[in-house]
Amino acid sequence: MELRIQILAIVGSSALLFLVLELVRRKAFLERYALLWLLSAVVMLGLSIWKGVLETIAHAVGIAYPPNALFLVAFGFVLILLLHFSLAVSRLSDQSKVLAQRLALVEQRLGDTEAQLSRSRRRIQTTDELEAVDELESLAETRE
Amino acid sequence: MNSYRANLAVVPAYNEQESVARVIDSLHEHAPDFDVLVVDDGSTDNTRDVARAAGATVVRHPFNLGIGGAVQSGFVYALENGYDRMVQVDADGQHCPDQISKLKDAMAEDRRLDMVCGSRFLTKEHGYPSPISRRTGIHIFAFMLSRIVGQRVSDPTSGFRLYNRRAIGLFAGDYPHDYPEVEAVLMVHHHRLRMTEVPVRMLQRDGGVSSIRSGKSVYYMIKVLFAIFIGLGRSRPVPEPGEDAPVAAAHGL
Repeated sequence: MELRIQILAIVGSSALLFLVLELVRRKAFLERYALLWLLSAVVMLGLSIWKGVLETIAHAVGIAYPPNALFLVAFGFVLILLLHFSLAVSRLSDQSKVLAQRLALVEQRLGDTEAQLSRSRRRIQTTDELEAVDELESLAETRE
Repeated sequence: MNSYRANLAVVPAYNEQESVARVIDSLHEHAPDFDVLVVDDGSTDNTRDVARAAGATVVRHPFNLGIGGAVQSGFVYALENGYDRMVQVDADGQHCPDQISKLKDAMAEDRRLDMVCGSRFLTKEHGYPSPISRRTGIHIFAFMLSRIVGQRVSDPTSGFRLYNRRAIGLFAGDYPHDYPEVEAVLMVHHHRLRMTEVPVRMLQRDGGVSSIRSGKSVYYMIKVLFAIFIGLGRSRPVPEPGEDAPVAAAHGL
């Protein structure tokens, strides 16, 4: 592997590794999602530094120009990451659907309960008033 | 909800303020033994207030979930409030509440039925006016589904359906997303529930837009076909002991 492309690869994957670590440090993304990124950055960096491994891989799968093997590995990681995100998005949208449904049902039940509560409050009030009237009347009777 | 009611009519509605009140009135008139629940699927118009004013219970989603999510809310509501039967009626007025008794009669006649679907195509006299392209699509699904589930399904896209408690429980936990009716038939088959169809009269929709717009119909076809083929690869749960397997189970896959 030519020196120029090796330097480019090392710089590129180091930058990726640094960026991922920095983002995790700032808590910009969860460790759960960072792990796959971390793994791909470390593997890419390793392959760019130890070019012997890369050449062995390239030879084994029949790639004439070793840096292309690096592309192949990177492409594989990109595919896996995309799949990973599609899964995450599917799960999230399913969860948000359930949340929206639960919220709607709870809201309906709350409205129902509140209406019932105010109805029984009114009833209690009227009963209280009736009792007060009764009391006054019996008081008036005893006075007479 | 103080008095015990056995039947629930679920009306999923998305921006249907023009027609939802008429549907609710019609339900009160023709199906007085059904409580009416309108699932307002995040409408941007006055659907909720119109439905409430017409005397329906309203469950309102904070944002639009699509027809599958709306109907599923109806299933969850029916399950949690202990309803024995639930009928789904579209808010656009194409399902006639006076036909609900036909579905109910079919379920009362054969107590083992878990789902009764209203079909537009079972008799010649109930001519349903719909564009030939859509009808062709429906017939393709009907043909494939009939082969797969081993019984005739003439109108697999009809949402006019009556469910019993078992079906309500199944769909409250898992109901398909975008275009649920066809897949729901498959689910009924996979979970070894029983279904049948009865002929009903339906009208042209008189407000709102169909969930199957013409531009999207190709996407709809492909999506449902994909769902059918994926469904074929799922294993069917073994029926619970004590219950006899429904007719469809004899065909296996």
